Amino acid sequence: MLVIEGALACLTGRVAAEDRPRSAWPATGAFAPPPVGTAYGTLLNHRDVLAALGDAVHQPPYKAPPKAPVLYIKPRHCLAGHGAAVEVPAEADALEVGAQLGIVIGREACRVRKTDALAFVAGYTICSDLSVPHPSYYRPSLRFKARDGFLPLGPWILAAHHVPDPDALEVVVQIDGREAQRYSTAGMQRGVARLIAEVSSFMTLARGDLLMLGAGPAAPRARAGQTVRITIEPIGALVHRLVAQASA
Amino acid sequence: MKHARIAWAGAVHSAVADGDHLRLADGTRLAEDHVVWLPPVVPGTIIALGINYADHKKELANELTLSAKDEPLAFLKGPNALVGHRGRTRRPADATFMHYECELAVVIGRHAKRVKRSDALAHVAGYTIANDYAIRDYLENWYRPNLRVKNRDGATVLGPWLVDATDVPDPHGLSLRTFVNGELKQQGNTRDLIDDVPALIEYLSGFMTLSPGDIILTGTPEGVSNVVPGDAVVCEIEGLGRLVNAIVSEGS
Repeated sequence: MLVIEGALACLTGRVAAEDRPRSAWPATGAFAPPPVGTAYGTLLNHRDVLAALGDAVHQPPYKAPPKAPVLYIKPRHCLAGHGAAVEVPAEADALEVGAQLGIVIGREACRVRKTDALAFVAGYTICSDLSVPHPSYYRPSLRFKARDGFLPLGPWILAAHHVPDPDALEVVVQIDGREAQRYSTAGMQRGVARLIAEVSSFMTLARGDLLMLGAGPAAPRARAGQTVRITIEPIGALVHRLVAQASA
Repeated sequence: MKHARIAWAGAVHSAVADGDHLRLADGTRLAEDHVVWLPPVVPGTIIALGINYADHKKELANELTLSAKDEPLAFLKGPNALVGHRGRTRRPADATFMHYECELAVVIGRHAKRVKRSDALAHVAGYTIANDYAIRDYLENWYRPNLRVKNRDGATVLGPWLVDATDVPDPHGLSLRTFVNGELKQQGNTRDLIDDVPALIEYLSGFMTLSPGDIILTGTPEGVSNVVPGDAVVCEIEGLGRLVNAIVSEGS
């Protein structure tokens, strides 16, 4: 993966490393997803998301609050680019939009110390981690999170040195132009460096892997026909649409 | 045909089985202990099944909160987990229960989207053996099985061979055995899969596209037991070979 000054974007069919102000980039059009390896997600990282579960964390089936980061994997066909139209399956009225910061690993991270962790980051992107809403965190079906197109991300990877403090970024979600969520990455139980350290203590993150920091409280939902826009400055804005599932 | 990926003499090669040897594309014949075995497939998406044998389900009954199972319990793994035949797997220093899981692994050969059961096996490139270790100490009840239990570096052994699907006419009558230090510990047969290979391909491809190189680990029967550094663990599946692995300590 190549990241130079500015950011790395994939216009359909070609990889373009851009070194000009992003204001001069095309704001629309079809983008391929940035070239990432395995996509790992983190749940319940935002303090208010965990707090919203209340006493349920002590009740069955959970019995205790999570100790290690709660992680999951999005398979390769989840990845979709800026401008994508994502199918909402017939079984769902709406999808939950897990708007969050995506951390792109720049060099192999194995048993990394928290104090060194940010040096392993190539850059940051914007992720719309889509799910069919489901009530349980115990052992949810892959059907809820692993569907094709369920991870629009981009529009590009912004080089890490343009993001001096990834733990103080505002994430804003608009659905059809109306604000639906606003939170700060400052609310995370594990910030970027600590998350990389804890995850890499038992699994190596490869160059290019994507580690998502986790969604904010009260994740909004969107229906087929609606447009989702997630803004995280200084990265930019990721836009995608939801459409009804084409008949089989 | 049986295919392997190996490292030998400074390069990575594909190889095929030739009697009890390996044969490279240029005809070189090598003994199996003269090469480094890599996982036989460069993995795409790795999907694993929990509790897909009735007897193993009973074995785990005291920790399941499920009363009935209405769909396969599938989860995903990352490529960091894979290690080849004759590889080593670390046991964490603080673990008290680490166990093997011998599993039939299905390797996808053709893109599969909304494939019906009757067409499913045509999408299989071949089969291999997986030994998918779990560290039970780290089990938490959030998005089970959590990655700290099931996605550790080098804790999913895969190989030795990718055996062409045409050489495995019926993947549902294969005996499966695990030996620890030569002692038979786990025994089962793929005829006892709750969701068989076509059912899994139909189910998974119904919501996610499967592509060449994707791997489905179909689950393990009863008979899991603790392993410690120094143990030699061998998983056998009829017609697919013997997958050898050594347990080592954290600092090794």
